[in-house]
Amino acid sequence: MFYRENGQFKTSYRADQQILPIRQDRVVMALLLVFAFAVVPMLASDYFFRAILIPFLIMSLAALGVNILVGYCGQISLGSGAFMAVGAYGAYNFFVRIPGLPLIPALVLGGLCATVFGILFGLPSLRVKGLYLAVATLAAQFFSDWMFLRIKWLTHDSPSGSVSVSELQVLGLPIDSAQSKYWLCLSLLVVIALLAKNLVRSAVGREWMAIRDMDVAAAVIGIRPMYAKLSAFAVSSFIVGVAGGLWAFIYLGAWEPAAFSVDISFRLLFMVIIGGLGSILGGFLGAAFITLLPIALSQALPALAGLVGFDISTAGVSHAELMIFGALIVWFLIVEPHGLAKLWSIAKQKLRLWPFPH
Amino acid sequence: MKIRDLILAVAAVAAAASSLIATPVQAQAKEQFFPLLSYRTGPYAPNGIPWANGKQDYLKLINARDGGINGVKLTYEECETGYATDRGVECYERLKSRPGVALFDPQATGITFALTEKVPTDKVPLITLGYGLSIAQDGLAFKWNFPLMGSYWTGADILVQHLGKKEGGLDKLKGKKIALVYHDSPFGKEPIPLLQERAKMHGFELQLIPVTAPGVEQKSAWLQVRQSRPDYVMLWGWGVMNSTALKEAQATGYPRDKMYGVWWAGAEPDVKDVGEGAKGYNALALNTSGTQPKVIQDILKNVHGKSQGTGPKDEVGQVLYTRGVIIGMLGVEAVRRAQERFGKGKVMTGEQVRWGLENLNLDQKRLDAMGFTGIMQPLSTSCADHMGSTAARVQTWDGSKWSFTSDFIQADEQILKPMVKAGADKYLADKKMSRRAPADCQS
Amino acid sequence: MAFFLETLLGGLMAGMLYSLVALGFVLIFKASGVFNFAQGAMVLFGALSMARFSEWIPLWTGVDSLWLANVLAFVMAAVVMFMVAWAVEYLVLRHLVNQEGATLLMATLGIAYFLEGLGQALFGSSIYKIDIGMPKDPVFILENLFPGGVLVNKEDLYAALIAAAMVTLLSLFFQKTATGRALRAVADDHQAAQSIGIPLNRIWMIVWCVAGVVALVAGMIWGSKLGVQFSLATVALRALPVVILGGLTSVPGAIIGGLIIGVGEKLSEVYLGGFVGGGIEIWFAYVLALGFLLIRPQGLFGEKIIDRV
Repeated sequence: MFYRENGQFKTSYRADQQILPIRQDRVVMALLLVFAFAVVPMLASDYFFRAILIPFLIMSLAALGVNILVGYCGQISLGSGAFMAVGAYGAYNFFVRIPGLPLIPALVLGGLCATVFGILFGLPSLRVKGLYLAVATLAAQFFSDWMFLRIKWLTHDSPSGSVSVSELQVLGLPIDSAQSKYWLCLSLLVVIALLAKNLVRSAVGREWMAIRDMDVAAAVIGIRPMYAKLSAFAVSSFIVGVAGGLWAFIYLGAWEPAAFSVDISFRLLFMVIIGGLGSILGGFLGAAFITLLPIALSQALPALAGLVGFDISTAGVSHAELMIFGALIVWFLIVEPHGLAKLWSIAKQKLRLWPFPH
Repeated sequence: MKIRDLILAVAAVAAAASSLIATPVQAQAKEQFFPLLSYRTGPYAPNGIPWANGKQDYLKLINARDGGINGVKLTYEECETGYATDRGVECYERLKSRPGVALFDPQATGITFALTEKVPTDKVPLITLGYGLSIAQDGLAFKWNFPLMGSYWTGADILVQHLGKKEGGLDKLKGKKIALVYHDSPFGKEPIPLLQERAKMHGFELQLIPVTAPGVEQKSAWLQVRQSRPDYVMLWGWGVMNSTALKEAQATGYPRDKMYGVWWAGAEPDVKDVGEGAKGYNALALNTSGTQPKVIQDILKNVHGKSQGTGPKDEVGQVLYTRGVIIGMLGVEAVRRAQERFGKGKVMTGEQVRWGLENLNLDQKRLDAMGFTGIMQPLSTSCADHMGSTAARVQTWDGSKWSFTSDFIQADEQILKPMVKAGADKYLADKKMSRRAPADCQS
Repeated sequence: MAFFLETLLGGLMAGMLYSLVALGFVLIFKASGVFNFAQGAMVLFGALSMARFSEWIPLWTGVDSLWLANVLAFVMAAVVMFMVAWAVEYLVLRHLVNQEGATLLMATLGIAYFLEGLGQALFGSSIYKIDIGMPKDPVFILENLFPGGVLVNKEDLYAALIAAAMVTLLSLFFQKTATGRALRAVADDHQAAQSIGIPLNRIWMIVWCVAGVVALVAGMIWGSKLGVQFSLATVALRALPVVILGGLTSVPGAIIGGLIIGVGEKLSEVYLGGFVGGGIEIWFAYVLALGFLLIRPQGLFGEKIIDRV
C-alpha cells in the first residue's frame, strides 16, 4: 500500500535509469544517510564506534569489493586478505616515504598497488576455472604473507616487521577521535558504493555477469574474457585494497602481516555469500552479520548461561562462539542460499502487495 | 517462510540490542579492575592457558587472603583474543573504559604493537613481561609500556653470554655456527638485530631459519639444520611450534642438548609431549617453577583449597603458571605503590598505576614478605628504565622436570643501551614525538 | 649428494602424508561434488577423539596394554567420525542438494568451524599425545656410499606405507565391491545413478563415513608425528595444492600430486629458500600447483572440464 511504483511516471530516460526509481526508496535512502552521518555520532558511545561501527564499515567496503569479483563476475577468490594486505602496506609505504602526503591519496595509491597485485594474481583465471581457481588464489594469500615478512623494504626496514601509522589528517582535519574516523570510513564507503553500483549497472557490469553465467557463451557473443575477468580483478582489488588501508590505518593503527591472514579471506567470502552474491546491498548485510555476530555472542552467551545458572569460562564462550557461528552459517545457507539480500528483495516484493497477500 | 523471517528479524534485533547492552555504565569505581586478555583457544592455547590461570589465581589470592589492596577489592574480566590482533584490539576497546581499570597485559606481541599506539591516548599502562617491543625498555621514550623483567633482546643476549661461557669465553665463539629457528612473525624476528650485532662482535656465523606460523610442519627447517650442522640452535617459538621443533630435532638426529630456547619455549607444554625425546633441551628461565614457594602454597590453600582455582590443580607451579602469577603480582604491587602516593584505600586510575609501575622497588625483603623467595630476582623500575631487572637463568629438561643449569646472567647493558636508544630515537622520529622531559618523571 | 637424497626422500614422505589428507577431499568431491573444506577439521576431530580416548580408556576400563587401548580408541574414534558423517549428511547435505559450488563450499566451511569449536569444547585445547608405537629416532642408510649416511625418518616411512596401504584398500573397495561400483556411478552422474535405483543419500553417507575414516587415519599419523592440537587443522591448507595438482576427482592423482608437491616444497625451501631468506615452502607449493594448472587446467589426472553452450 505504501510501497509501490503506481503514480510515479518517468518522463525522461535519465529519470528512468536512476538507481532508486521508486520515491519511497529515495526517501528511505536519504533518511538512512542522515541517520548515519548525523544521528549516530550523537548517540553512539566510543566503544560502539571503535569496536562495532568502524570495523563494520570497513568490512562492508571489503565485502563490496569481493562481491564484485565473486558475485558479479563469478571468479571465486580466496586471496582477498592478500589484496587487503597489499593495499595496507602500499598505503603505508606511500604515507611514510612521501612526507606530508595526505591520507586519502595514500589510501588511493595503496588501492592502486592492490590493483596491480590483483591483476597479476588474476591472470590464472584466464585458464583455470571454478574451484581450481579458488585454491589457486590462495597462492596470492600465502605469497603476500611471506612477502611482507621477508622483504624488509616493504615494511620500511622495521626490525620486527610490524609497522604503525599516526598523525592522520584529511584536508587539515586530524583523524584521531572515534567520530572523525567513523565519518572518514562512512564517506569513503558511500562514495565507493555509489561508484560500484553504477559500475555494475553499466556495460562492464553486464559483461561481468555474462562471464559469470556462462563464459563460453559470453565469448561467443563478443565479450572478451580477458578484459572482463581482469577488469573485475582490478576493480575488486582496488576496493579491497582501500578497505585494507582503512583497516590498518584507522582500525588497527599498528599491524603485522598476520593481521591479514587467510582467516580474513574466509571471513570476507562468508560475508559475501551470507549477504548475497551479486548484490551491492548484500555486502553490507553480510558484513553486519559477520562482524556483529562474534561480539554479540561474546556478550550474550555469558548472560544466557548466567540465566540458566551455568558459569561459562571464556574458553567455553569462544568454543561456543565457533560452534554457533558455524551452525548459523550452515543453517543460513540451507534456509536462504541466495543470502540476506534475497530475503530483503522478497520483503520488498511483499511490501509492494501489502496488505494483499498476492 | 514467514516464521523464518520472523526468527531472523528477532535474532538480528537481539544481536544489535545485546551489543548495545555492552556499553558500560559510567559509575564511580569502588573496585580495582584488571582486564585479562588471554587466549584459551587456537594454536597457542596450550601455553596461553596456564599463563592466564596464573594471573587470575593471584588476583583471587589477594582478594581471599588479604581482602584486596588496602581494602580495595579486585575485579577482573577475561577476554578471549585467540592471539589475533583485531580481536585483541576489540577486547581492549571494550574493557579500557571500565571504571577502575588498572593495566593491560596483552599476552601477545602483535597485540602489543597495536595497543602501544592507543595507550598514550587512553592513558592505561601496558605490562609486557618478557615480550613485546624491546626498545620500550627506554622509559623516557615509551611512557606507557613496561617490558618488565626482560625483552627479546635481553633474552638473546643472555643466551649468547651463556654459550660463550660454555665455550670458555665469548672470544671462543669465533668461527662457530649458531642457527636461529624462529617463528616467522614480529615475535620471532625481534632478537635478530641483537644476534647480528653479537655475531659481528664475536665472529660467529648466524644462520636464520624461519618457520611459517603456526609451525605445524617443520621438516625443511630441520633438514637445513642437519645440512649446516650448527654448533647450537636457538629456538624462538611459541605454542605448538616448540614441541614440533623438538620432535623434528629428534627425527633428524640433532642433539637436543645443543638446543637453547627462549623463555617462551621452555615450559611444560612444550616438552611433556616429547618426554624422553626432549631430554637435554635447554631453555631460558625468567622464573622458577615448582610448588615450594610460599605464594604458590598460599594459592593452593586459599584459592584451590576453596575450589576457586581457575585451572586444574596440577597446573599450579608450572613455569608459565608461575609467570602469570608474577605478572599478577606486578600489577597488584604497582597499584599498591600508586596508593602510597595517591591515597591508600582508593581506587587508582590508569595514570596513577602507571606511576606505580614506574616506581616499583621490589627488593629481596619485599619479595620474601610476599612469598616470592627464589622465584624471581629483585626488580626496581625508574623513569628511564621500564624493565626493572634483566637477569635470567638457563634450565634443562631431564625427561620429567626442569632443573637449573646456570647461575643468573645479566644482559649486557653496554651493548643493549645504545641499540635501545637508537631504536627508540628512530621510533620517536617516525612518530614526530620527543622524549619525555625530566620533569615529567615526577607525575 | 647425500643431502640432496635426504631432502628428496624427506619430500617424498612428506608428500605421502599430504596425500593422506588430500584423499579425503578427493573421495568426497568424486562422489558428491562437494569440496569439503571441513576435511582439516575432520582430521583434527578424528585425531582429538583418538588421542583423548586412548587416554581415557585405560582410566575407564583399566586396560593395561597400550596396543589394546589404541585399537579401542581407534574404533571409538571411527564411531565418532561415523556419527559426524551421519550428522553432516542428514542435517546439511540433504538440504543443499543442487546448490552452486560456492554455497556448498561455504557450508563445509561452516561445518569446519563447528567441528573445531566442538572438538575443543569436548576434548580440550592443549597438546595431546597419540602413541601408536611409531619409532621416533632417525635411521641412516647407505652409510658405506656416503659419509654419515642418508637420513631416513622411520616414522614418515611407516606413514608412507600406511598411506599406500590405504590407497590400495580404497582402490580395491572402489573396483571390486558393489558399493564401490555404486559410488563410482554416483560420481559419474547423479541423476543417472538415481534413475537406476541407487539411493543417493545412503551413498553420500557412506562416502562421508569413508572420508571420515581416512581423515581419522591421517589425523592419527599426523598426530603421532606432531602432537594433536588445534593447529592440526591447518594441515588441510598444506594439502590443498596436492588436491588441485592431482585433480579433484582422481585418487592416484592425490598420490602423485602429493609426491610432486612434497618434493617441490622441500627442495625449494632448502635450495632456493636460502637466497630469499627462507619460509617459501607454503606459497611455493601453491605456485607449483598453479604452474601445472596453467598447462592442464583440470589437474594432472582430473576430469576434463567440458563447457557446453
